[in-house]
Amino acid sequence: MSAVVNLVRKGFYLDSVGLMRMSREIAALDGVEDAALMMGTPANREIMANAGVLAAEGAAASSGDLVLAVRAEDEATARLVLTKAQALLDQPRRGGTTSAAWRPKTVRAAQRAVPSLDLALISVPGEYAASEARKALMRGLDVMIFSDNVPIEQEVELKLLARELGRLVMGPDCGTAIIGGVPLAFANRVPRGSIGIVGASGTGTQEVSCIIAREGGGISHAIGTGGRDLKESVGGITTLRAIDLLDEDPATETVVLVSKPPAAGVVRIIRERIARSGKRFVVCFLGLGEIDLPANAQAAPTLRDAAFLALGKPVAGKGPDDRCRPAGTGRRVEGLFAGGTLCAEAQTIFLRAGLEVSSNVPVPGASAMPAAGHRLVDLGDDEYTRGKPHPMIDPGVRDQPFEAALRNPANAVVLLDVVLGHGGHADPAGAIVAVLERHAGARPAVIASVTGTRDDPQDLRGQVAKLEAAGVDVRPSNADAAETALGRLDHG
Amino acid sequence: MARSTAGQTGIAGRIDAANREALRRMLAADPVLVDVVPAHSVMPALAERTILHAGPPIGWERMCGPMRGAVAGIAVFEGWAKDLDEAEALARDGAFTFDANHHHDAVGPMTGMTTRSQMVMVVENRAFGNSTYCTINEGLGKVMRFGGNDPEVLTRLRWLKDVLGPALGRALRDCGGVPLKNLVARGLTMGDEMHQRNVACSGLFLRAIAPALARTSDDRGRLAEALAFIAANDQFFLNIAMALGKAIMDPVRNIDGSSVVTAMSRNGTDFGIRVSGCGDEWFTAPVEQPRGLYFPGYDEADANPDMGDSTIVETIGLGGFAMAASPAVAGFVGAGSAADAALFTREMSEITLVENPEWTIPALDYQGVPSGIDIRLVADSGITPIINTGIAHRLAGVGQVGAGIVNAPLGCFTLAVRAFAGRLGVSR
Repeated sequence: MSAVVNLVRKGFYLDSVGLMRMSREIAALDGVEDAALMMGTPANREIMANAGVLAAEGAAASSGDLVLAVRAEDEATARLVLTKAQALLDQPRRGGTTSAAWRPKTVRAAQRAVPSLDLALISVPGEYAASEARKALMRGLDVMIFSDNVPIEQEVELKLLARELGRLVMGPDCGTAIIGGVPLAFANRVPRGSIGIVGASGTGTQEVSCIIAREGGGISHAIGTGGRDLKESVGGITTLRAIDLLDEDPATETVVLVSKPPAAGVVRIIRERIARSGKRFVVCFLGLGEIDLPANAQAAPTLRDAAFLALGKPVAGKGPDDRCRPAGTGRRVEGLFAGGTLCAEAQTIFLRAGLEVSSNVPVPGASAMPAAGHRLVDLGDDEYTRGKPHPMIDPGVRDQPFEAALRNPANAVVLLDVVLGHGGHADPAGAIVAVLERHAGARPAVIASVTGTRDDPQDLRGQVAKLEAAGVDVRPSNADAAETALGRLDHG
Repeated sequence: MARSTAGQTGIAGRIDAANREALRRMLAADPVLVDVVPAHSVMPALAERTILHAGPPIGWERMCGPMRGAVAGIAVFEGWAKDLDEAEALARDGAFTFDANHHHDAVGPMTGMTTRSQMVMVVENRAFGNSTYCTINEGLGKVMRFGGNDPEVLTRLRWLKDVLGPALGRALRDCGGVPLKNLVARGLTMGDEMHQRNVACSGLFLRAIAPALARTSDDRGRLAEALAFIAANDQFFLNIAMALGKAIMDPVRNIDGSSVVTAMSRNGTDFGIRVSGCGDEWFTAPVEQPRGLYFPGYDEADANPDMGDSTIVETIGLGGFAMAASPAVAGFVGAGSAADAALFTREMSEITLVENPEWTIPALDYQGVPSGIDIRLVADSGITPIINTGIAHRLAGVGQVGAGIVNAPLGCFTLAVRAFAGRLGVSR
């Protein structure tokens, strides 16, 4: 037999919303059939009567009184629940601890909240990226599109619109930029300086900027273009715009262009643009053979050379030393790269040494995998990352191929890259060391480079020390690492 | 880096100019409550057996339970049927003419019944000369706007018609009307958002009208009844706020090229919006179910979907849009804390064009309420207007069972954007 018990708090006012929330809590307690906390107005008393929770005490309450009404399975439960309801009423209210900070959901709202914003970084599924980029451009913003899978016709359309509006579109698939000292997406903390970078490739820009930083130089701006900008159909619209911006920028003295080989027609346009500039240019089109450049430009065969030429220094590596373990019986180099451009740079170094090399992303002159010769794999390419994170975000992607490479008796050297900076994994070296520790018995030499600066969120020195302690030969640049691997073959 | 001014296509510029005019009219409005009169005296369409309802147009067949209950109740009240059963039979047989309040300069809360002999409050927008109408709020509990229709409900309606309505009319004529813009501004600083919470504005209104009520009354008993009724009804001001909303938005209708929403409204079955640049066309989608808190004895299973013309207050930047002014109301959102109230208001600024400089919120450092809903911003962001609302029982005759929040359905906004683009000659 259920029991209805009421309790009246004379002259106790609480807002009805607060009371309704408490009613819900009370009604949910064990043994409670229904409950109400309401001010004793005539209308409320009628509601409580209809709900079968009003007893004589409650019926006698007036508008200024709070009625606590419970119908429970028995009287003891009802009284216990009312005691709990009283406690709930009297407990101090917590401050706004659950309040979340407001974050804008649209570019428009962000811009209204912070009117000085001048660049939008767009990272949404590719099918929506162009539409968001277009809106940002129309709102007077420069745009960096991190998203990939944007149709090339949309890229051309956006870049033409940006040119008309006097704006910049970096990307799509632009992974790296440093604008006014601010690293965007995958980028390193590099001091500001007089060298501007225009990069079609993310890790290429990271490698060049990190070597410049290590050698005492600095970056004015590193502008990303997206990997397709120098294709015939896009025609280098963003590259040309970026050159214009750096040309106008008084802080920039030297401009470095980093890209895979552009279309021939685009090379001509870029060459003409460079010839019109009063600034010094260093051009690194990885994998492109001889290139005819104007007097104010120098060609760099590797990313490392591009950095040193930009600094006006002689190219300096750290020659081979004898820390490498014996290379075993193998004759082959297997490279496992997180950075696509670092993979391309290594291929060009092997090709220049007259060696046969294959890759899943071959540069001109290299063979498509599988093929004989040395094998340099870009683990960031689509076939490895479909539905999975990029190896710069999750270095574990490399574990399995790395383990296999260590066990493969054909390998004399395993060549690796480690890329630090914003956006990257907190401890990429740790993943490599863990694989090495699990490996038993003889193994090929492991040679690596670490792309990063001492100001990066990961501890550059710690990463290098960790690798060296595990027997990895760490070289100051990716080009040095590739050359050291070649040296091992000569000596082996 | 060098910049130049962004170019604008011709159509975007045209929409911007039209929207500027829409906002100018919204912000220039000067709504004043001037009178209370019999509905038929100001709404010529209100012939015998004509019933105006909330929301976009709907016939008896598609009406929800509480709307049907209210139709039956109001038919008995008007003397068109002797009892509820006869009224329902007449409705089924097509004896009544139904139309939307919005088509007749009127708005009504929840079921929104407006018929010829009810008294309606008159709000005049003195900046533009238009007037709008709304019935008098019946109070809480079992009331017609939530589908109640028993003798108690009908007796109260008669008292509103015969006693309170005429008294308020006399008082308003005597004092020259009560200006509303400033009253709302003060209410916002006192914790009202004018949809779910009208405690402050109801009190401020009573303070404004009491002297004139006393001056124009020759019956102390009836004066006391009138004062007590207003004083006991925390939602008294809601119906005034609604007529005010309609008075502000009507001059904004039919501006060629404007993408500003001029009305949002629901009939318990459909949610409809009207857009300035799309004439008087309704864009509708099925209404959603409110999320809220319930009176003892009721839960979600009893709730009728969203209903009423009261969303006109959100259309002018109040209600859910002004949640930051009314932290207590934010508590209706499940786990929402009072401190979260500001987030609702800030989110609504994503889909509105301006902040109203005259209606400000102290807790947001006197930021104005987000006003001027742009259908393009809604369709583009997927953020839909948030609405504070009462919840009716899904069956006829029961009345209010709770209160909560609900979002406008995205569907009517995407429909509207397509039609709007069509009118401007834009194709995909």
